[in-house]
Amino acid sequence: MHSDLVISQTDGRPMYLQIMEQIKLRVSVGEWAAGQEIPSIRQLAVSLRVSVITVKRAYLELEREGVIITQHGKGSIVAPDAGLGPRLHEEELTEHLERAARLGEVLGLSKEELAFRLEEASGRMVDDRQPKEME
Amino acid sequence: MMDLTVDFKGVSKRYAHFNLDNINLELPTGSIMGFIGANGAGKSTTIRILMGLVHQDAGTVKVLGHAMPAEQAAAKMDIGFVSEDMRLYAAATLHWHMNFVSSMFPKWDQAYADKLIRRFDLKPQQKIKGLSHGQRVKAALLLALARKPRLLVLDEPTTGLDPVARREVLGELMAVLADEDRTILFSSHNTQDVEQISDQITFIDRGKIIDSDNKEAFLDQWRRLRLVLPQNSEVPRLPGVIDVGGSGRLPVLTTNRFDPGMLTVCQDLGATVQAVDSMTLEEIFVSSVQHRRETVAV
Repeated sequence: MHSDLVISQTDGRPMYLQIMEQIKLRVSVGEWAAGQEIPSIRQLAVSLRVSVITVKRAYLELEREGVIITQHGKGSIVAPDAGLGPRLHEEELTEHLERAARLGEVLGLSKEELAFRLEEASGRMVDDRQPKEME
Repeated sequence: MMDLTVDFKGVSKRYAHFNLDNINLELPTGSIMGFIGANGAGKSTTIRILMGLVHQDAGTVKVLGHAMPAEQAAAKMDIGFVSEDMRLYAAATLHWHMNFVSSMFPKWDQAYADKLIRRFDLKPQQKIKGLSHGQRVKAALLLALARKPRLLVLDEPTTGLDPVARREVLGELMAVLADEDRTILFSSHNTQDVEQISDQITFIDRGKIIDSDNKEAFLDQWRRLRLVLPQNSEVPRLPGVIDVGGSGRLPVLTTNRFDPGMLTVCQDLGATVQAVDSMTLEEIFVSSVQHRRETVAV
């Protein structure tokens, strides 16, 4: 089975995280639909040329997060939970905010300064969109 | 169902200038082990003992349930072995070799052999003496793979291959693993190949196994922490730290027992954790070997 997942050798993150991220993305955009059967651990390992243990770990973590369900002897399916897309974006947002908070600390920014920077950033996004909407 | 395809217990072998010392090695059925060591570390000796080609002085070796070297004839029917110094008959063609091997091994799969000829870009009518190094390696691999052995033992299978051939070879090794009853042991000093496809990883140096674990555990437990210390403070004492580099207030700690709680410990001591770097298998291997050599050397 061809999986279309791409693992990067230069991406600094562990391979299991890359696999998790790509599967979550497929699920959140609906390419892998709720309840749909997904490749078995060995199938995905063979097609990605990545060790079985790495894919197994990605599947275990995805199961813990409720993204997929693995049935013994039957393979894995995407969890039939409809709210998955928004929830995954929610998690991603939390992760980015925490990273921003950490960088703010390294730079010695106060909480107010950090909040102001976030406000600025979302302001820029609105500005970027404005001209298109007026056309 | 047999759980361990390879099982070494306390295996030693003495030579005049080299000792293989108390080797314990367990390879679960259905997995790939990457065996990493510098030149002369003992990889090939270990593999020769596994194959029954060299007899150990002490310890027990079981391969596919057979005691080695006593039951090597039975074991070898189900082991495919490829090494760099493998001699094929220079004057014969690959086609001749395929006939020869298929006559000895009843599980020979001709359709699979034909597929591998195309994958590996080989010509059956060509004589071995006209092949490049890379083509010889691929020919030897083809002869081992098409026998469908339950255990493949490969000594440096990707050394000297061009990038396209390497990718095909790694892909074929993974395809073998689609069958959960088949097992692979391969030695390499290309840590990138090992990192990509291995389930189990074993480091060997100067005749001793210095570490052996599943790959995810290796990659999880090794981290490099880059800290910024407050003035006049000492480097925090953390578990598993095997190297402290960097400079004065900007130390870089390498640990092989990382857990996220360490970051809180550092922060409580007033240190800022600037970065937590995961390490490649190559960095982990080099750090392990250096640490081991420093602590053993007097």
